[in-house]
Amino acid sequence: MALVTGASKGIGSAIARALAADGWRVAVNYRSDEDGAKATVAAIEEAGGTAAVLAGDVAEGSPDTLFTSAEEALDGPVLALVNNAGVRADNLAIQIEDEDWDRVLDTNLSAAFRLTRRAMRPMLKARYGRIVNVASVVGPRANAGQANYAAAKAGLIGLTKTVSHEVARRGITVNAVAPGFIETDMTKDLLADVVKAIPARRAGQPEEVAAAVRFLASDDAAYVTGTTLFVDGGMSA
Amino acid sequence: MATAVTPEAVEKVVYDALPQFGADPSDISREATFEDLDVDSLDLAELSQIIEDEFGVQLKGDDVGQIKTVGDAIDLVVKRAE
Repeated sequence: MALVTGASKGIGSAIARALAADGWRVAVNYRSDEDGAKATVAAIEEAGGTAAVLAGDVAEGSPDTLFTSAEEALDGPVLALVNNAGVRADNLAIQIEDEDWDRVLDTNLSAAFRLTRRAMRPMLKARYGRIVNVASVVGPRANAGQANYAAAKAGLIGLTKTVSHEVARRGITVNAVAPGFIETDMTKDLLADVVKAIPARRAGQPEEVAAAVRFLASDDAAYVTGTTLFVDGGMSA
Repeated sequence: MATAVTPEAVEKVVYDALPQFGADPSDISREATFEDLDVDSLDLAELSQIIEDEFGVQLKGDDVGQIKTVGDAIDLVVKRAE
């Protein structure tokens, strides 16, 4: 079973649908958008897949609760984890309040660590596992106004690399994808002329990020670990 | 329900678990070091999970860092359960 955090809309929803199309039973986690999560599950079921909604804020409470609920709903261990849930609270560093720093780091980085640590249990037992962290081109690259987000996403890439070394010999891979400018609710307020800075001259689609995650979660990617796959129309090249 | 923690019960679980990490069953004894058995830090982390599942006793990373021999591990679990 695959657990995708923040899967009610945007990139997370596309990832859940792509993994389901590959035969994974998918736990569709959401924090606030229950309708979106239900729509994602409905789309998966309509396409012949199996999925269940999984309520819970990844930054709150114990990952045990999420994992137990997922395992009960879909009857099996979590063998793929996609840490996708993310929030933004943009401001110039000088104006970022502690609360906005903490909130972004908690959800985008600390929650991913805690879920990864918890996911090791079933994965070590199974001698198999796939962890994919959804990072960003922001982090490896600068983006004024996103010091908190950049720190979290760069941290996620560091986490990815180190954990990949720790568990590689158990058949567990840990990778990241780094989306560039993707058309979602989360980016709709960003200026359209960002597109001019993208070599591909267009924004990416959530499905294009999902395709990369689908590959990293597949058996074809068994020898790919610790890497970050940029899905950014060439932005970071 | 967690199994009651006795030195004998812990010994059995540890002895049964070690071969899956590549330890040769004939080399396993209380005196054997994990290094001799070719059991590394990830194996010990996994052994800690097995112990937690079986006995409900949690071993911290710092604890696990201290143990050298199979006997150390068994004694630590028994001590933590007290």
